[in-house]
Amino acid sequence: MIRVTAIVTAVLAVTATSAPADETAPQDVKFEDLAVAASLTGKPGDPAAGRDVFKDRKLGNCLACHTNADMQKELFHGTVGPAMDGAGDRWEPAQLRAIITDAKQVFGEQTVMPGFYSLAVGKDVREDLVGKTILTAQQIEDVVAYVATLKE
Amino acid sequence: MRNRYAIVGLGALLAVATALPAAAEPVDDELVIDGQAMTVRTAAPEGHPFDELLSGWLFREAETRELEADSFQNPGMLYVDRGADIWNAVDGTMGKSCASCHDDAADTMKGIAANYPKWDADAKRPINIELQIDKCRVENMGAEAYKFDTPDQKALTTYIKHQSLGTPVAVDLSQGDLQSWWDRGKDIYYTRTGQLNFACASCHEANSGQYIRADHLSQGQANGFPTYRLKQADMVSLHNRFRGCIRDTRAEFPKAFSDELMALEVYVTWRGTGLSVETPAVRQ
Ligand code: HEC
Ligand code: HEC
Ligand code: HEC
Repeated sequence: MIRVTAIVTAVLAVTATSAPADETAPQDVKFEDLAVAASLTGKPGDPAAGRDVFKDRKLGNCLACHTNADMQKELFHGTVGPAMDGAGDRWEPAQLRAIITDAKQVFGEQTVMPGFYSLAVGKDVREDLVGKTILTAQQIEDVVAYVATLKE
Repeated sequence: MRNRYAIVGLGALLAVATALPAAAEPVDDELVIDGQAMTVRTAAPEGHPFDELLSGWLFREAETRELEADSFQNPGMLYVDRGADIWNAVDGTMGKSCASCHDDAADTMKGIAANYPKWDADAKRPINIELQIDKCRVENMGAEAYKFDTPDQKALTTYIKHQSLGTPVAVDLSQGDLQSWWDRGKDIYYTRTGQLNFACASCHEANSGQYIRADHLSQGQANGFPTYRLKQADMVSLHNRFRGCIRDTRAEFPKAFSDELMALEVYVTWRGTGLSVETPAVRQ
């Protein structure tokens, strides 16, 4: 009896901490050789969910800057960055993770691509967004998994 | 511009170069309004990051460009008319209208707005048309300053700027302390803000000519303001536009006519030196 209660409490304790223990915090992401080797969540991403993140204006809104032949049905593809077609051929998932987590680590300070899982942001951040990243660790993994499927 | 790829290597270079979409060029077109040719392209002044300055008009769709070119169809002209009515209307405790002192705006205000912002020696800060209107209302009419972006403020500003239609923008930075406000405005222009971490220059300098989603990025020139925006079916003041652009970086944005936005107005207006005043320009 006593043992069962102990286990239950332990499980509750784990789920209660909002940032899961196996999720890497933005400031702890390790960039090595322009890549981030480990999944930020310890789990593989879901490419279907990542596809939504890619086009959703409130999430990645990647389409604002990148054309993407896989999304012909979506109107208005931006041209600020390169076309996404074949990005999965050009980059390893670990490199995509680095680019999408914090593009400045890969392309340098001058890039206009936002850091989607970075707290190195601009000044006067909107109050309700202070300390928050654009995407969650899971959304980063999902969009990495999706972009990795873009092969030519 | 794209030599940033050098650091990436990986043989990605070639693939990326071919995958780049063709840059969407602004159109090569001439703007004539009521028989008067507008300068929509001009050589940049010394010290400017661009070689050539381009009016936002060149980046808009054909229908939008036509609306501006035809003053009978330009919806912004309704605000010019409304501004003319306000110009002639008595307001305030002194029983005066703008016309009581300034007579016919077509004469007295001709070309004036092209040289704004100016230095306000009394306030010891730059003054734009909106603030000059308020100054005259308060000091010369016994009326109240307008609340930001009230329809009357936009209409009267549009009316006064319209009296400079075709006049090249020229800010005199030697007035008072205007140069130091220009310096400050320049700092702001290149400072990244918000969670998305963009500076004005990220969009209007590094990526002018590109599309960001549906929007064809212009040089972010101020020469058409207040502009009639089709999306909003309303006039948009310059400080409203500034605030909107800053808000879109997911940042808190300064108050209209604050020191930050006045500095930005001085600097951004200077970036359009030599372009014609196009008020009321039509934009998307
Ligand atoms: C504000 C514009 C902007 C947004 C939004 C944006 N990017 Fe980028 N991205 C760029 C630019 C610009 C580059 C090219 C690097 C450079 O020149 O700085 C780039 C490069 C890339 C690359 C490498 C390009 C290649 O094919 O070799 C990938 C992959 C990428 N972005 C993915 C994404 C994803 C995924 C998102 C959304 C989560 C996104 N980007 C959002 C501007 C953007
Ligand atoms: C009692 C007279 C009076 C009234 C009424 C008046 N003004 Fe003025 N206004 C002046 C004076 C005086 C100046 C400063 C003239 C100068 O030295 O350039 C001035 C300057 C201006 C200027 C700047 C001109 C320039 O050369 O830069 C503008 C614009 C202006 N007024 C607009 C208005 C408007 C709009 C109204 C009505 C809301 C108005 N004024 C009402 C007296 C008046
Ligand atoms: C994320 C991109 C982005 C950033 C950053 C940005 N803008 Fe804009 N801005 C736009 C878009 C899109 C438009 C509408 C299309 C166009 O004219 O470029 C626009 C329009 C404008 C216009 C109107 C141009 C015209 O011809 O009517 C001005 C002025 C302007 N911006 C100034 C600024 C200033 C000043 C800043 C910095 C405080 C800034 N913008 C930052 C995207 C941006």
